[in-house]
Amino acid sequence: MSDDGKVIVLIPTPLRRFTGGEGRLTTAAGNIGELFDNLDTSYPGLGERLRDDSGEIRRFVNVFVNGRNVREGEGLRTPLSAGDEVGIIPAMAGGAAH
Amino acid sequence: MTSDAIERFPLPQAMRDAIVAHARREAPRECCGVIAGQGGSPVRLYPTRNVAEGNRLYEIDPAQLIDLEFRELPEQRTEIIAIYHSHPESPAYPSATDLALAFWPDAVYIICSLEHPEEPVLRGFRLRDDTVQEVILSA
Repeated sequence: MSDDGKVIVLIPTPLRRFTGGEGRLTTAAGNIGELFDNLDTSYPGLGERLRDDSGEIRRFVNVFVNGRNVREGEGLRTPLSAGDEVGIIPAMAGGAAH
Repeated sequence: MTSDAIERFPLPQAMRDAIVAHARREAPRECCGVIAGQGGSPVRLYPTRNVAEGNRLYEIDPAQLIDLEFRELPEQRTEIIAIYHSHPESPAYPSATDLALAFWPDAVYIICSLEHPEEPVLRGFRLRDDTVQEVILSA
C-alpha cells in the first residue's frame, strides 16, 4: 500500500470522542477490515465500537463506501481505492418491543 | 450517578405537532426522525424512513442518516440534537430496546405515545450508560 492510496473516513458525532473531535480522517487501507484495524491502532477503543465479538461489523453500525452500504456487498472485504469516501454511522434505533 | 439539575429541551409547538402528525400517519408502525439544531436550539425537523420490520421497532434508514450527518446538516451548520420515535400502543417511556440501542448519547430521545390516541404524550430523555434521565420538553 503506497502513501497515495489514502481513503477519506467520515466519523459521526458520537464516535468523535475517540478521534479527538475529528470528523474527517484520511488513512491508507486496502479494504474495510484493514481500515478498521488502522483506525483502532490510531484511535484505541474505536475498533471495539465497529466490530462485534466475532470481528464482524456490528449489527447496529453501518458503513458506506461512496454512498453504498457495505453490508449489502462484501462487508469487511469491500475493497478500497485512493480517494474513496467511507462513512461510518451508528444506528438510530429502538422501539417498544420487549 | 445522580444530578439535581433538571435538563430542559426547547421543543417548539410546530415541531411537537409535526411529531404527533407523523406518529399518527405511520401508526400502527412506529415513526422516527431527527431534529437538527444549533447550540442546543432546534432549527429543523427531518422525518425519516423507518426500515425496521414489524410495528414495535424503529430504525432510521441508514442511507438517509448518513446523508443528514455528513452532508445536509454540515451544509446547514446544524447538528443532530434530538431523535424522535413513536410508541403507538405503549407509554412515552424508553423501553429496554430503546436503552440498549441508544448509540447517540449527545441527543435527546423524544418519544411520542399514542397509547391514548386522542391525547398523545411527548416526553424527552437522555439515554446514557444504561440509564434514563428525563429531559423536560418546554415550549
